Amino acid sequence: MTIRHHVTDDLLLAYAAGSLSEGWSLAVATHLALCPDCRGRESRFQALGGAVLEEFAPAAIADDALAACLSRLDERVPAEPPHLEPARQAMILPQPLRDYAGGDADAVRWSMVGGGIRQCLLSVRSRERARLLYIPAGESVPEHGHRGMELTLVLAGSFADGGSEFRRGDIEVADEQLSHTPVAGYGEPCICLAVTDAPLIFRSLMPRLVQRFVRI
Amino acid sequence: MQPGEGRDPDSWNELMTAVADSRDKEAFSRLFSHFAPRVKGYLMRGGATASQAEEIAQETMVTVWRKAHLFDPKKASASTWLFTIARNQRIDRIRRERRPEPDPDDPAFAPDPVAQPDREVSAQQDVNAVRRALAELPDSQREVVLLSFFEDESHSAIAERLQLPIGTVKSRIRLALKRMDMLLDRNAYGERE
Repeated sequence: MTIRHHVTDDLLLAYAAGSLSEGWSLAVATHLALCPDCRGRESRFQALGGAVLEEFAPAAIADDALAACLSRLDERVPAEPPHLEPARQAMILPQPLRDYAGGDADAVRWSMVGGGIRQCLLSVRSRERARLLYIPAGESVPEHGHRGMELTLVLAGSFADGGSEFRRGDIEVADEQLSHTPVAGYGEPCICLAVTDAPLIFRSLMPRLVQRFVRI
Repeated sequence: MQPGEGRDPDSWNELMTAVADSRDKEAFSRLFSHFAPRVKGYLMRGGATASQAEEIAQETMVTVWRKAHLFDPKKASASTWLFTIARNQRIDRIRRERRPEPDPDDPAFAPDPVAQPDREVSAQQDVNAVRRALAELPDSQREVVLLSFFEDESHSAIAERLQLPIGTVKSRIRLALKRMDMLLDRNAYGERE
């Protein structure tokens, strides 16, 4: 699997730094699960975090802090329960996405959006909206723009947008300037993770009416 | 001179390894004296109150003890590993969000290609090399990189603070990181010659 569309450095740095909020982080982390190259870059950015830790002025720590910590070192800690999951081949959703979706793609509880398109909203603690989208083969998502950023990560099938093709693991980073009409590839349905920080703005009236009911 | 300054990062790695392999409390105490105040400083810089930062710094150090077996000096230096623990504590305790992370044991996880000599080199991107590269950046670029570690909702917050358009912040970050790559690669070659 060759990934051609990677997460941008500014997002990857924010993720490594711990200042990227949860919704965006979900898209970045899922891309990282599928992209060894970006994981290599992320480890470089984490080393930058190690440098930052050394760079900033230390703050005075309480006199009894070390003693307090030492007294806790022999405490028995209940072992974390092992993450039990039946081993299966060819899973569509990598971790951490399965935790958010409640299982692999076949366990997702889809709701209809119209035009054969289905979605499942995922619960994140930050203000972004994260959802899985299921787009039938050859079907297009109505043209839309954004007030903010949109990250779209392909998990199955493919989509084409603005002359580029996106396949499993590829991520599209779209901002306010981009109004786009992603079209799912022929042959198989496209499943993707889409994260936005503002409701999508559809260009035609029809989807806007639908929008009120389905919270896109 | 700060205590610990000028110390070889390898010696922090050795102390971490002593904690992992022989549960060495003396080694832990020395790591504590160096890192606990730095973790506290990092948390306060990130918006924590002094008492919150004190508590989380202590929690971070106890977590370091408990998770020491996961420390791998071939993958990251001690400072970097400690940073990731402090960062995760900050996300969990201050921002109260989860940090989604890939799981290397997941069957859907794409493994690293087997032979990767370059990765070995970049894994020891030890903190000193990165600090040197950071020091060589122009001030305006160093500033946005450092702010990335503290401003939540990062780009818009950084843009607001520096009174710059958000696009300028993003492109400045990308430029800074490209330049750091260049500096790190150049320095790595320099050291090998």
